Amino acid sequence: MSEIPGDLKFLKSHEWARVEDNGLIRVGISDHAQGQLGDLVYVELPEIGSSVKAGTGAAVVESVKAASDIYSPVSGEVVEVNENLNDKPETINEDAYGDGWIFAVKASDRGELDELLDADAYAELIENEEH
Amino acid sequence: MCDPQPGRPAMTDKTVLNATHRELGARMVDFGGWDMPISYGSQIEEHHAVRRDAGMFDVSHMTVVDLHGQRVRDFLRHLVANNVDKLKVQGKALYTCMLNEQGGVIDDLIVYFLGDEFFRLVVNAATRAKDLAWIEKQAKAFDVKVQERPDFAMIAVQGPNARSKVVGLLHEVDRARIEKLGRFAAAAAQGPHGVALFIARTGYTGEDGFEIIVPEDQAVNLWNELKAAGVAPCGLGARDTLRLEAGMNLYGQDMDENVTPWEAALAWTISLDEGRDFIGRKALEAQKAAGVPSTMVGLVLDEKGVLRHGQKVLTDRGDGEILSGSFAPTLNKAVAFARVPVGALDNVRVDIRGKEVPVRMVKFPFVRDGKPCEGI
Repeated sequence: MSEIPGDLKFLKSHEWARVEDNGLIRVGISDHAQGQLGDLVYVELPEIGSSVKAGTGAAVVESVKAASDIYSPVSGEVVEVNENLNDKPETINEDAYGDGWIFAVKASDRGELDELLDADAYAELIENEEH
Repeated sequence: MCDPQPGRPAMTDKTVLNATHRELGARMVDFGGWDMPISYGSQIEEHHAVRRDAGMFDVSHMTVVDLHGQRVRDFLRHLVANNVDKLKVQGKALYTCMLNEQGGVIDDLIVYFLGDEFFRLVVNAATRAKDLAWIEKQAKAFDVKVQERPDFAMIAVQGPNARSKVVGLLHEVDRARIEKLGRFAAAAAQGPHGVALFIARTGYTGEDGFEIIVPEDQAVNLWNELKAAGVAPCGLGARDTLRLEAGMNLYGQDMDENVTPWEAALAWTISLDEGRDFIGRKALEAQKAAGVPSTMVGLVLDEKGVLRHGQKVLTDRGDGEILSGSFAPTLNKAVAFARVPVGALDNVRVDIRGKEVPVRMVKFPFVRDGKPCEGI
């Protein structure tokens, strides 16, 4: 299991959020989550321009085993989606915190970021889940 | 092994290979009360290992039941829907359903003919208790002794190179004989260090290979020898996608006690030979005469997405549902078994998260001997 990057914030449901220099919030799923799901074979991306609400489903990832809703960590408008996942969903398995990002949001309420777990708290959460 | 006490949480059973799976880094899951490996790394890579080379599965959770008695053949003529009289040569095996009086499937199993007074059954793990109770109840009238064999472990070795890798580990005197073992037949042989093996040329993947019954205390050795011979450890996840591609039913998902073999694409396993009074026969004949309402078909999704158990299937004759459904690694798209009203033809769609997605109805198997079947 790879290190959890310290600049990420997390939902308990294993999505991460990264605040970028231009203010966009990039979203993906944790390395722990991709490991639990197994080989990913399909990602249903949100549409650019659609609005998402914090803590509700914005995308779907499907592994061989199961389909999982991906919740948006923040509310706002989807401004980018990772089209590369259409052909290579396994990118999430290979690089969950980097090239395996799923979508990016222009946040409407940055205060929502404060409700997310920091990397240490998330590490503790999955530690407890495994025992 | 003991049954959980009523009212107390069920204990998870472990096969003798449990520690070996964990040492290999397997992701473990509860499978019908057993703590089993779903995969060791990539499930898709394990799937490909079986289609292209050789992989092995711990299937020790399955239940081996030995039947002894003078009237054991008569007993099996009564107990199961396929006819054991097809088994004429010692070692031959038969796939069959065991039905209730309503024609519903209690379990699917393999019967091995090992002697005039000795047959062996291999039944599913999740149905163990009810199977044993049913078999014992029916056996009384035939004075047949029913003996479960928890002292055995079982390893399935599957793939185009599986047989040669197993044969290479056998005692020299046995190699030529096991090399020539026919499909759906079994024989005894000596494995590494003289261990007594029961080797059957059967499987649940659509590839050639063996299912090997081994004394429990020798299973870890055999597993390690097979691994050293280049056989890839594979989890139950790959086993599921392999058997689905191969068009093989999974008990509890594709059929159960409320479904007859007619409705589960298992007509080929029913033997309505004259004068044989097997359990469920009357109900099967009545249903056939009245018209079987539904049928099990194959579906292929050419668009992106994954077909899953429980999704609604829409047809011009009414709704059906997906039984087994998954991404199929050999085909790089999703396939499924579905139960649909008889006569459904064109314009078949599946409801995936509220969206109607067109699918093609096809004959299965979807994959045979490593290759997609025609029209898939």
